[in-house]
Amino acid sequence: MQDVPEIQRRILAFCGFGFRLPFLRGNASEAPHVQVEHRTSPRPFTREPDMPLVLTLASRNLFQDRLRFAATLTGIVFSVVLVMVQLGLYAGFGRMVTTMIDHASADLWVVAKGTTSFEDLSLLDANLEKRLTAIRDVASVDPVVIGFSNWRLPGGAMTPVFVVASDFRQNDLLPWNIVAGKVDDLKQRGTIAADKTYFQRLGVSGLGASVEIRGYPAKIVAVTEGIRSFTTTPYIFADLASARAYTGLPPASVSHFIVRLKPGADRDRLKQDIQSAISGVEVLTPQEFANRSRSFWLFGTGAGAALFAGALLGVIVGTIIVAQTLYSSTKDHLYEFATLRAIGCAKSYIYRVILYQAVLNAVIGYTIAAAVGLIVVALTATSALPIVISKNLIGGIFLLTLVMCVVSALAAIGRTIRMDPVMVLSR
Amino acid sequence: MSEALVTATGVTSVLGTGAAQVRALNNVSLSLNGGELVVLMGPSGSGKTTLLSVLGCMLTPTEGNVHICGLSTAGADAEELAAIRRRFIGFVFQSYHLFPTLTAAENIQLALDVRKQRGRKARARTAEVLKTVGLNHKARAFPRELSGGEQQRVAIARAIVAEPAIILADEPTAALDGTNGQAVMKILASVARVPHRAVLVVTHDTRLTNFADRVLYIEDGRITGEERPRSKIGLEELPANPLRA
Repeated sequence: MQDVPEIQRRILAFCGFGFRLPFLRGNASEAPHVQVEHRTSPRPFTREPDMPLVLTLASRNLFQDRLRFAATLTGIVFSVVLVMVQLGLYAGFGRMVTTMIDHASADLWVVAKGTTSFEDLSLLDANLEKRLTAIRDVASVDPVVIGFSNWRLPGGAMTPVFVVASDFRQNDLLPWNIVAGKVDDLKQRGTIAADKTYFQRLGVSGLGASVEIRGYPAKIVAVTEGIRSFTTTPYIFADLASARAYTGLPPASVSHFIVRLKPGADRDRLKQDIQSAISGVEVLTPQEFANRSRSFWLFGTGAGAALFAGALLGVIVGTIIVAQTLYSSTKDHLYEFATLRAIGCAKSYIYRVILYQAVLNAVIGYTIAAAVGLIVVALTATSALPIVISKNLIGGIFLLTLVMCVVSALAAIGRTIRMDPVMVLSR
Repeated sequence: MSEALVTATGVTSVLGTGAAQVRALNNVSLSLNGGELVVLMGPSGSGKTTLLSVLGCMLTPTEGNVHICGLSTAGADAEELAAIRRRFIGFVFQSYHLFPTLTAAENIQLALDVRKQRGRKARARTAEVLKTVGLNHKARAFPRELSGGEQQRVAIARAIVAEPAIILADEPTAALDGTNGQAVMKILASVARVPHRAVLVVTHDTRLTNFADRVLYIEDGRITGEERPRSKIGLEELPANPLRA
């Protein structure tokens, strides 16, 4: 027999098989009655002791028909990558829709009643700031103004931008990932921060560029990198007064308030105090506001359902492909399973052979899919909607792959349940 | 001779349904005693294979009782019948039914593995049986690398490695030439030399009767005759018993 190719050993070692894999000695072709010339030097019987025979049988059955094995792996990889991308998009989308909330230094958010997300354009009375400040244990109140505006391109055409503003003196919602310029410069009226990703689209060259937003002049004094909007509309950071001008928001209105607590204050109690003192508002913790935003954008718009539907489709496709190939493999080895049964093996032994095949499919398929997934993650890292694959997601998808392959084995197991061992005497 | 290891009493087996219904066995009674090799002969369709299936606990008779080493198979479900086979019976098939993806040694060790006999002892026992059937140098050969005779010897090794009380062989020499057939039968006859073990060989080949202690004749599902061959091959011509006494 030939030596185990180094690349195969490495792949399988990477898959987590610490033991030697004698199935790699096997040959794809099967011709049990054909006599071939025997080797001249007898080999001693030294089967690797650390691999269970049932696993040897399963793995060799799997590797025997390499074309079918390749088809199975292709199905699993396609399925797992699809699931990974869909759930990675879901995670990435979920992270993007809360990016402003996640980067704000808020203990509590005060928003208009029924506000669905950070981008919700519901308005609050600006005078609430004084009433909020007067409540015990409130350290500071920072109004936030958001809204869409029109950015004039060099040719005179307009493109939409999303303006985000807060009181930069309080540093509660500042742009992050600054790669050029200074945040402090944003305290000047008519200054803005923009993300370099959108420079080409906005028709600007970079720091110091003078632009026009809704007819008002603005100058880029800070450049960020990676602050991307899931709506593809660029975020523009500005001071409060400028933002009101850019968005046309009346001076007596704000979008949200960021509330900071005094040290040692009880957040839950303060939340209740604000809620009972001021009507027509909702007081949310950052986590609650993030969950609400995520829920709205992912499920209120149907985007999340579409992503989950894609993932479900991947699982279904994968299950069908693995089930079909395992079933046909089992049918091909039916006489062998019947022989096992005839020599007295318990049904559970046969089930183990099939389940090991399913698990091997899952482990090898998942390993390849994970490598493909990592490449996809790297390729989308700087895109408008990056695919985010967390450790939990990696673990979850591995479990899902295992479950998918094990469920796929049920049809094959069902076939062996109906098998009659007497069939070995008829051939 | 020793006590009966297999007894069948009034066994009737009806196969199929409706117009296709066939009475494959009709009130068959026989016993298989320890220390004997019994050859069951009969024409095609006579019920040989059905009788082997019933005695091998793979087919439940429609009527009658089968006892294996004192255990009745009546009312046993598929798993219980498998457990009886596992505990008492070794099979040798006409087409060998070796696993093409396993080596000769692994094929043999599989019979131990299904009986949860694993590890160093199982490997040692496998090597011992391989040596007995003269194939220790082919331990790591795959079935496709073995001749028909060698494959059948591996199949016999698989049947005997767990030291079952009963060996049932279905046409074990049908696919072999005369020399290999004789070699295979010598191994089976040597297995039956121990008082508490018995071998039943189903065959068409009249030359095999020389190895038999008894020959049973079956026709149309009935045992039609029994004889003891006069010119049985002597013990001195048989190889060492591959099963320990």
